[in-house]
Amino acid sequence: MEKVYSRTRMIQEKMVVGFCPGCMHGTVFKLIGEVMEEMGIADHSALVIGVGCSGLALEYVRYDATTAPHGRACAVATGVKRSNPGTIVFTYQGDGDLASIGLGETMSAANRGENFTVIFINNGIYGMTGGQMAPTTLLGMKATTAPFGRKAEEHGYPMHMCEILNQLTAPYYLERCSCNTPANVMKTRKAIRKAFQNQIDGKGFSMVEIVTSCPTNWGLDALEALRFLEENMLKEFPLGVIRDRSKEAN
Amino acid sequence: MSRVFMKGNEAIAEAAVRSGCRFFAGYPITPQNEIPEYLSRRLPDVGGVFVQGESEIASINMVYGAGQTGTRSMTSSSSCGISLKSEGVSFCAAARVPIVYCNMARGGPGIGTIQPAQQDYMQATKASGNGGFRMLVFAPSTVQEAADMTYAAFDYAQRDRNPVLILGDGVLGTIMEPVELPRMRSEEEVAQLKRELSDWTLIGHDPDKGRAFIKPGVWSTKGQEQMCKDNAALYDSWEKDVQVETIGLEDAQLVITGYGISGRIAASAVGKLRTEGLKVGFIRPKTVSPFPYGAYEVLDFHRVKCILDVEMAIPALMIYDVRLAVKDRCPIETCLHAGGEIMSREEIIEKARALLAK
Repeated sequence: MEKVYSRTRMIQEKMVVGFCPGCMHGTVFKLIGEVMEEMGIADHSALVIGVGCSGLALEYVRYDATTAPHGRACAVATGVKRSNPGTIVFTYQGDGDLASIGLGETMSAANRGENFTVIFINNGIYGMTGGQMAPTTLLGMKATTAPFGRKAEEHGYPMHMCEILNQLTAPYYLERCSCNTPANVMKTRKAIRKAFQNQIDGKGFSMVEIVTSCPTNWGLDALEALRFLEENMLKEFPLGVIRDRSKEAN
Repeated sequence: MSRVFMKGNEAIAEAAVRSGCRFFAGYPITPQNEIPEYLSRRLPDVGGVFVQGESEIASINMVYGAGQTGTRSMTSSSSCGISLKSEGVSFCAAARVPIVYCNMARGGPGIGTIQPAQQDYMQATKASGNGGFRMLVFAPSTVQEAADMTYAAFDYAQRDRNPVLILGDGVLGTIMEPVELPRMRSEEEVAQLKRELSDWTLIGHDPDKGRAFIKPGVWSTKGQEQMCKDNAALYDSWEKDVQVETIGLEDAQLVITGYGISGRIAASAVGKLRTEGLKVGFIRPKTVSPFPYGAYEVLDFHRVKCILDVEMAIPALMIYDVRLAVKDRCPIETCLHAGGEIMSREEIIEKARALLAK
């Protein structure tokens, strides 16, 4: 029989991953691995990972990797990429990392048009630390530090990072995806590939935001979490291309 | 060798380039601005990269990233800006990423003053970030020393895979003096220095042949404990790297001690007192970490009546290390200034005379 699909070689073999059931980190790392293999870039790539559940992935992947201090991945990636431009550099950051503590580093790297790729995982909550409120937590959504739910008058509103970065001139490509359906998984795969290609072509800053679920800290089972994501998260964070300079007339 | 007339900050910057520094990120703060300004012009000439970071935090993290590629990398700041860098420095020490950084210190605590001071001694030598790591810390007292120590700092950083700190102050940064600049390393030498590290650096490796995996922490407690033990073994190996300047310890009845700019002013006072026939000795730690405890150990405490600790810091800070060295074998007096008030030679001389007359 012809082999039509195999597990990406960019994830360690015989590895039992520590992500919770229903979490989408595993899916995204699978997609990244597949894209790297497809593009033949794994032997000159470097992952700069943020702090949070995402950090677990350092142990699972097979390519070069480092950990940034919480929020600083875009600054670390700036140093890695600028001092070794031939390396394909990407950050992988959660919402607390990228949009709260690291907002300044994210905005400034985007504004400089740094030529690396950002994979932004938005699940509306702090996962590893146990369900605290994030900048992307929905109004009314409960968190361990917002036990009565997020209130606009007290906590402000969810932040939309793609739209915020879209106010800057330099970013080249901003797309929001999800991994809630097979079709959306394939769209996410395509977006990741495009973001890497932009970097190879020297186009500058690309970010793929992926709206994901956190069943554990949302207090839902995996299927309920998917439903919550579709009915609530995707309303607040609509999917689609926010900016693609390659589609604009020169 | 080329002899030029240069500001301390610029000599540090030029020495860094000559040593092979090809990446600098920094954020404006007085009194160190000539370092980033100079490098923004100079680094592009040699194929290096200058980035003005959006903050001190971003800048140290850019340097943490660049250092991980094996590129000789540096940042600089002053006092409160150094506090902001402390998390990143701790990550460099944990992940064993070689970097060099400079603190051209000013008055403190808080925003303090923009004038020279030595209030950051403890931060520089004992706790430059969380986690109990150590660094080699060089304290130059002249522009020449600043250039030489900066040049060597990159070699120490690479040798140990550890951050190295140049602890200066506003006087040293802004004073102009003649300086013999160290030899410019060729592009091939600089490239070779980078290649030497390529087995662990974050440049992309074939996953089938083993990847680079840079860890500022370890998931397992046993693994983290082992990391701490490995680091401690490195710190223990630094006894050989201690540098100290001494004068007249063989007959001294009074020993004046100070580092950096205070040390230089104190040395001048010692010279004057000795020409008057007074038995005054001098100890100037050139490395303040590790501290030259041994230099005080050789003193004859039957003869030495007193140590005079000279610092531009209130309360005195280096005095804690001097006490550890002296172990109550003689009294320790102080001559201090703070807040940007600069030590004068005359007040050291006056204080020394009074102590000898006791």
